[in-house]
Amino acid sequence: MTPGDEQGGAASASNCPLAADEVAGFLRGINLGATERPSGDHPAVNVAAADIPAVLRALRDHYAFDLLMDITAVDWAEGVSPRFTVVYHLLSTTRTGSYVRVAANCVSDPEPSVPSVVSVWPGANWHERECFDMFGIKFEGHPDLRRILMWDSYPYHPLRKEFPLAGIEVPLPGEDVQIETGAKVISAPMAGGPFVASPGEINLTEAEPRAKDESWSDRRPQPGQSELKQVKE
Amino acid sequence: MPTEHTFPDAAAKASSAAEAVPEFQTEKMSLSMGPSHPSTHGVLRLQMELDGEILTKADPVIGYLHRGDEKIAENMTYNQFVPYTDRLDYLAPLANNMAYAIAVERLAKLEVPPRCQAIRVITAEMARISSHLMGLGAFGLDVGAWTVLLYTLNEREKLYRLFEELTGARFTTSYTRIGGVTRDVPEGWLGRVNAFCDQFLPILEETLALLTRNKIFMDRTVGIGVISKEDALAYGITGPNLRGSGVGLDLRKDKPYSGYQNYEFDVPVGTKGDCYDRYLVRGEEMRQAVRIIKQVVAKFPDGPWFAVDAKKIFNPPKDKVLTSMEELIQHFMLVTEGPQIPPGEVYFEAENPKGILGFYVVSKGGGVPWRLKIRAPSFCNLSILPKLCVGNLISDVVAILGSLDFVMGECDR
Repeated sequence: MTPGDEQGGAASASNCPLAADEVAGFLRGINLGATERPSGDHPAVNVAAADIPAVLRALRDHYAFDLLMDITAVDWAEGVSPRFTVVYHLLSTTRTGSYVRVAANCVSDPEPSVPSVVSVWPGANWHERECFDMFGIKFEGHPDLRRILMWDSYPYHPLRKEFPLAGIEVPLPGEDVQIETGAKVISAPMAGGPFVASPGEINLTEAEPRAKDESWSDRRPQPGQSELKQVKE
Repeated sequence: MPTEHTFPDAAAKASSAAEAVPEFQTEKMSLSMGPSHPSTHGVLRLQMELDGEILTKADPVIGYLHRGDEKIAENMTYNQFVPYTDRLDYLAPLANNMAYAIAVERLAKLEVPPRCQAIRVITAEMARISSHLMGLGAFGLDVGAWTVLLYTLNEREKLYRLFEELTGARFTTSYTRIGGVTRDVPEGWLGRVNAFCDQFLPILEETLALLTRNKIFMDRTVGIGVISKEDALAYGITGPNLRGSGVGLDLRKDKPYSGYQNYEFDVPVGTKGDCYDRYLVRGEEMRQAVRIIKQVVAKFPDGPWFAVDAKKIFNPPKDKVLTSMEELIQHFMLVTEGPQIPPGEVYFEAENPKGILGFYVVSKGGGVPWRLKIRAPSFCNLSILPKLCVGNLISDVVAILGSLDFVMGECDR
């Protein structure tokens, strides 16, 4: 079935924000196993990763959500399953100031992937590249899935929770420069660095503002390259 | 039979240029523009493929200013991140401060008092003027109009003096806190803002008159870098660039925040979506910003300038901290643990000078966000470059980049 067929006229007629019951109707209409997502601000749905392009297309074509604002992911920490959730935010230019949030859990934790929506919105291209760069989530069907903010040969995905704030030493891109100068990206010294409290486990000494206990302080050894999974593209 | 005239678009012309005259086979040249180039406004690098002077391919390379703001945010309390928002769109730090604060306040279901909202609206609109002044000045400079920059920087400096008086800094203002602002407006400041507006309007007209009917400027911009309405929506273009293409999306009108619904202003919309339209939209937005500021000043509300009841979110006044035990404890907890934000997720967007700046915050409770995503307008606005630049002359690329008015600090984060 074509998602949202029953709702055909709903979008064009209204120039008003999406009502809550309309979301329920939408959930029935797309019939793709979407469930409502608890949300404090905008209507939100959870869908299966494979249904993402169909759902977003239905939202755009039948519900006038014509602007893809953002694609991002959340890492729920190592060992949590499902580990990665990809979150889409859509905005409508005709239904005044109406947003919808679509979220999907990636199926595989070690090799997360979701279908690409570049075919629905060309603007998704860079968002998906960034998401891949930062989390290592593969967007199946993306025309050009390269890193965007980090350089191409960079071995880690920095927004994953196990990646330390200070970074990890890596060689600089450009082999000729590397060999000649021995230059490399060194991790940031954290002494006196960002003052971070540890929420949840507060006693008075822990609660003092201090430099965050980064991985290679005397309490814990610095993570070597072996401990963090390097990415083989 | 009448002759059919076809007007092949520039892109098609470019690709078929070599085939058209087979005896003059030309080789395509690849050229890297930036990351250190005066017209790329920062550290944007364009990897171009040229056929003569016409671009056949453009691949923007970004990330030279990537500082990992989102990673940093996950490792510090909510208020500690405010200074990092200054460095997103560093030409309008006050607007970024406000967008971030409102996003977290939405998550905490916290409403700030009207006076605080009014202060934020004034600062955001002043930031809009200062950002557009720089944008127009640099745009003029890019296409060869030197004089404009001298006018606009002069005016911007007056704004920075007002910012300094209010926040203590010209650029890195860090003015908002979750639940309020760092300090109330100084005495007489509103009067000086009003005086600035009065003297600014005639100078603005004078400045815009240097460009609006300027033959050279029009030749460089009219019909150049056209973004169609459909393309603008498909690529998620926002702000003046989207309105230049004829879509009247302005979140200050469509989803008002911080009390924008109380003020009257118009949303300028372009018709053709070329560089010239984007320039016109920015010019008119400055006039409207002045209009908003004058209204806020005229009905500036009394009352508290921070959320007084939010004891777990906003710092108590300093004099109380030094004299009262309860406030001292409150202050201590806020500094060590951060503002207590309930679990949940929020997505808030504000209409910033460069476009729509969004913050997606995921909280698991406590004083540190679990995930903070910044939806940067410049990032999305630049993503259309591969499509927009192709088929244009290399000198027009300079005009297109100038008209998009992006900031790399925000694009790379």
